[in-house]
Order: sequence, then structure tokens, then C-alpha cells
Amino acid sequence: MAYEITLATTMAISVLFALSLNFISGFCGQISLGHAAFLGTGAYASATLTKASVPFLLTLPASAVIAGFFGFLIGLASLRVRHDFLAITTMGVGFLFVGVVRKQDFLGGELGMAGIPSPDMSREMFMVFCIFLAAVFAVFSLYIRRSWMGFVFDSIADNEDVTRILGIDASRFKLAAFVIGTAGAGIAGALYAHHFRYIGPDSFGFVQSVSVLAMVIVGGIGSVWGVAFAAAILSVLPLLVQFVDDYKLLLYSALLFAMMRFAPDGIAGIVRRSAARFRRATP
Amino acid sequence: MTPVLQIENVTVRFGGVTAVHDVSLTINVGELVGFIGPNGAGKTTLMRVITGIVKPQQGRVLLEGRDLARKSIDARVGAGLALAQQIVQPLHDMSMLDNVALSCGSRKTGRVITAMLHTNREPERDKARGLLEKVGLGNVVDAMPATLPLGYLKRLEVARAMALEPKLLLLDEPLAGLNQAEAAGLADLILGLNKAGQTILLIEHNLREVLRICPTLYVQDNGVPLAFGEAGEVMKNPDVRSAYLGGHA
Repeated sequence: MAYEITLATTMAISVLFALSLNFISGFCGQISLGHAAFLGTGAYASATLTKASVPFLLTLPASAVIAGFFGFLIGLASLRVRHDFLAITTMGVGFLFVGVVRKQDFLGGELGMAGIPSPDMSREMFMVFCIFLAAVFAVFSLYIRRSWMGFVFDSIADNEDVTRILGIDASRFKLAAFVIGTAGAGIAGALYAHHFRYIGPDSFGFVQSVSVLAMVIVGGIGSVWGVAFAAAILSVLPLLVQFVDDYKLLLYSALLFAMMRFAPDGIAGIVRRSAARFRRATP
Repeated sequence: MTPVLQIENVTVRFGGVTAVHDVSLTINVGELVGFIGPNGAGKTTLMRVITGIVKPQQGRVLLEGRDLARKSIDARVGAGLALAQQIVQPLHDMSMLDNVALSCGSRKTGRVITAMLHTNREPERDKARGLLEKVGLGNVVDAMPATLPLGYLKRLEVARAMALEPKLLLLDEPLAGLNQAEAAGLADLILGLNKAGQTILLIEHNLREVLRICPTLYVQDNGVPLAFGEAGEVMKNPDVRSAYLGGHA
């Protein structure tokens, strides 16, 4: 049973992390290749605080605020770059994060931080808590999709210049997406640190950023259900199948390529098209 | 006469080329001004100065007396400008209705937090339906823009700009690429909007339609203002005829 609890907790944290990237890349069309840096920011912030005897639950909002603040700074710096340039800039941010963390002794340097205190709750309770937070972020995402903010995000993702011509300050909305998405990643990071109880710079490197992007693309960029489903499956597959774990980067990259080539709208798009075909076939 | 747009001594240089030289122009409330000139006259450059894409080396642009310098394009739109672009740019993933509804919702999209707290799109969709009806697109409100011909998308640009309830409507070659019947229909629509009180600056190549609907003309050639005034008088100006017909017409 303990193994299943670990699987479900890992799944919930991944879903939250993937949904946080979906907020930036899926909703607002801002592709990020360095999202793991914000997972790492939240993880290191929370681990440092709990090691300083701050209660775990209090470190969650702190992790969100710190990751969101860095997200704001990166967002601000990225306002002038778009599309592939933005992807490269955010990739640079990911490398910068790992490079900086490696050299900080108070963050454990190359060796990382071990012995992170367990959250003040049972493993079952922690699993339920992670699932609850992932569900809250999913509901929040669905709400935003329906709101005028989601309407503006759709417009920015479609054509940012036109959005501005309609009198909308697209920069503010892009910044908001960055802050909310990175704050969500920060919370996922805090959960990650207290789930695995060890974090190191390599946990938040380029592979992690590509993996989460693969979850978003495979699920269907912008689709809350699709991304949550893909994140749930792709996060536990390496834990269930040794082969997938050994060749994780290769398999995720191949999946990313296959999806972009054959079904750019991901699982959500495939389901949508199949449902439409089924409806047409049954009068 | 209350001025809506005042362009004062605007000069724009690109390297050694003067694209617009010392242009001054005033458009008053309720006017429909046709802005014409041969290719390379600097029409697009002056339009870009008004929208803020190009910064002039000299001069200023005022909207209802307020200087627009250092204002971004969205801030200028917020101040009362609206633009229908020459190259149509619909939001492809939205229906025609939502393209206009988003534009109708400027009160809800002005601040991030307001946009976050509001979900109801129906009042704006109702208003958008009315606007699409007004520009003759009432039968395609639910269509996706990619499925419609250019003439429809040109009208969508106008509807989207009108949704902003602008003080000044800038129309950048709205008739370009349309056949004669479509151009005449859209020109009638522009005239109708003006008769309903909308102040319009119409940049256009289609001289025939401009002369038919615009009571006032502004002509520019090689970045230099040639004439401004009543359309009939302007077209009698030998400099204008020469610019259009070449040589000593």
C-alpha cells in the first residue's frame, strides 16, 4: 500500500506542476523551457524553511510567493521576446538556476539537501493533501479559462499584436500568467521536497523542464483535463516500468516529436475529434 | 469645431530618407477625412505615428488635446483611437462573434484583476451581435474567420474597431483587395458610420470611392503635405493632379 501512496503522491505533484506550466504555455501561449527552475525555487525555499523549523504548511505560501516573485522578474525580462526567442530565454533561466544553486553551500551545493523534515502529517494524509492542491489548481484553471482573463489569454496566444490593438495591455496579462504559473510550480516544488525529502540541482534541470513540457504537449496544450491526464500517466510510468525510467529522456522526446508531428493538439484534441466523429456517425 | 486629432509639425526620418516632412493636420468631431497619396507618399508612416509604432523625430500628436507621446498602442486605443488594419488579422481561434465581443469588453479587460473576477460574456456578445449586424455580418456570427472571404474579414476589422467606441476611427486601406461591388458596399458602410456621428480618418488608394464618400481630403506626396480641404477643391489643385497623374497634368 505504501508504494501506491508514493505513486499517487508523485502523480498529484506532477499534475500540479504540469498544470502550472499549462497556465503559462497552454493558456497564454508563452512557451517555457525552464519551468523546472520554479519547481526548484519552491523546493529549495520550502526545504530551507522547514529545516529552520518553520511549519511545513507555512512554507507553502512562502514557496509560492518566492517562486512567483522570480517568475515576475523573469516574466518582466521576457516581455520583449516571443516565440522561439522566449523558449531559448527561459531555457537559459533553467540553466542559470542550476548553475547558481550548485555553487551555494547553504543550499547544499552539488550534493543537494538531504534530511528534509517530513511534513507534519501521515503519508496518507500528505497524499490526500497533494491531490487536494492539484484539484484546487485544476478547478482554478478551469475557472480562469471561463473568465475574461482566459478570454484575453486566448487572444494573446492567438495574436499578441491584435490584442494590443484591441486596447488590451497584453504585457500585464502575460506577467500575471507568469506569476500565477510560477507560484503554482513553487507550491509543487514545496510538495516535491517534502515528498522525496532529498533535493539536488539535477532534480530541476533541463530534463525536468522538457518532461513537464512533454506532459503539457501530450495532454493537449491549454486543456486542463488533457494535461492532468498526461501528467498523471507520464509521471508514474517511469516508476512502474523500469525500461521507461532507463530511457526517460529519449522516450519523452520521441513522444513530444510524435505529438507535434501527428497530433499537435494532444490527447485532448484526439478525444475531441473522435467524439465529433462519433456524434456524426450516430444520427 | 472641436478637434479630435491634431498632428502638429510631425517629421519622420529613416536614416537619410525623410518619410514625413513637417505635417500638420487637424480632424474635428464628426468629420470623415480621406487621406490619399500615391505609393511612397508616407501614408502608412503617418498612420504609424498616430498609432505609436513609429516615433517622430519632431512634432507631436494630440487626441482630444492630450499628447500621445510615450503612450503604447494599447494606451492610445484606451484613450480613444481605434484601428482597422489594411492586412486583416482576425483572431483565428475565435468565432466572429467572440472576435468582436472581446473588443466590446474593454471595461472588463482594462485591469487584470477585473478580468479575473468576471466570467459573464453575454452582455458583450449581445452588443457584438448588434455590431456584426450593423456591418452586414449578421448571418455569420458563429463562423470561424478562416472560413470567410476577405470582404467579410474587412468588415470584421471595422466592427472590432467600432466595438471600442472610439473618438477617432482610423481605417487603413479598408477597400484594398476588394472587388468593385464589395468596395462600394464597404464605402457605404463607412459613410453610414460617419453620418451616425463617428469621426473617421480613411487612408485609401481607391480614389473613386474616396471621392464619392469623403467631403474632406488630405493629400500627401513624398512625405510632404500637398493639399487639405474640401474634396472638389483639393482635386482641382495642380500639384495633386500632377502627383496622381505624373508630369504636368
